[in-house]
Amino acid sequence: MTNLFVIFLSAVIVNNYVLVNFLGICPFVGVSKKIGPALSMGMATTFVMTLTSAVSWLINKYILEGLNLQFLQTVSFILVIASLVQLVEMFVKKISKPLYDALGIFLPLITTNCAILGVALFLVMKEYNFIESIVFGFSAGVGFTLAIVVMAGIREELELADVPEYFKGAPITMIVAGCLALAFMGFSGLI
Amino acid sequence: MAKKTTLSREFLKGLWDENPVLRMLLGLCPTLAVTTSAVYGFSMGLAVIFTLVMSSTIISLARNIIPKEVRIPTFIIVIATFVTITDKTLAAYFPDISKALGPFVPLIVVNCIILGRQEAFASKNSVGRAIIDALGMSIGFTITLTILGSVRELFGVGTIFAVQIMPDSFEPLMVMVLQPGAFLTLGLMIGIGNWLNARRTK
Repeated sequence: MTNLFVIFLSAVIVNNYVLVNFLGICPFVGVSKKIGPALSMGMATTFVMTLTSAVSWLINKYILEGLNLQFLQTVSFILVIASLVQLVEMFVKKISKPLYDALGIFLPLITTNCAILGVALFLVMKEYNFIESIVFGFSAGVGFTLAIVVMAGIREELELADVPEYFKGAPITMIVAGCLALAFMGFSGLI
Repeated sequence: MAKKTTLSREFLKGLWDENPVLRMLLGLCPTLAVTTSAVYGFSMGLAVIFTLVMSSTIISLARNIIPKEVRIPTFIIVIATFVTITDKTLAAYFPDISKALGPFVPLIVVNCIILGRQEAFASKNSVGRAIIDALGMSIGFTITLTILGSVRELFGVGTIFAVQIMPDSFEPLMVMVLQPGAFLTLGLMIGIGNWLNARRTK
């Protein structure tokens, strides 16, 4: 149990996916203008990440390792993610219209979110067992949500700030992200 | 519409006007993660050059036989194949670099620059043009990463490509090679890029 808690804490705060591992920067910059959409994006990502880690763990363990085909990892993981995203999209559309409206446009974007493939690759690298992998996938998603929502909160305030003309938009976002990363480095002694 | 532009324009646009990192903001994850030194930035660039040129060639050759409905999965499979080749080659011949770049070599698969060029260019143009475009884009990416890596290495360690530049009395700014330095340097570079562009068009 403590082990699982350490994995959770480590993925959410200490090794935050966005700010420390630099995964999922594209949606982090692209979808962090308003808190609402940022939260939806975070939730959709968490959902897909948890599913992906479970499925890719099983595939890696029972198909790739069983047949000694580890060199196909990258190819098979990306296929798993692409089909999972498609599946989730159809499923959500069927069962809940409001949820689909909230998450809908973000789901296709998730396929090319490197954080998802990153989770699949990391859990193989770290040799987690099945339960640990699911917890890791979920907490990586929570960490992503935390970072993107905090960023959106700052950017909403930034709208009112007097930013130099050439630094409007992406450059100032990067610099703010740098400050956030600096703050998150404070957690590095925690574990 | 693309037919009218000359081949050299096609090549040069990747270096500045449509520079993937500074102007289009694509492929930011590897850009930030691997540029702790000039060598790593440069190696990442080479890996991207190989993957992008090879996949653009294949996609462009096969552009008339790929059904429109399944083009994205097809692109991804082709890209993933070349990424696997790159990954295994690096691991076999340059184990140090492979270890330093870590998961970011397999992660080239989801680098938006590569998929973006297939969708926007290679699937609609002849092989020659696709290769020129891929070369321009990936060299633009490599130059940006090398500059970013050099700046961070210069201020973080005092060297560029492991050659001592700063005098001995220089106190290294550790933060530049850590995560915040990546965000700060890239933010400044994009800002300076905007400024230069505005001056040039004036």
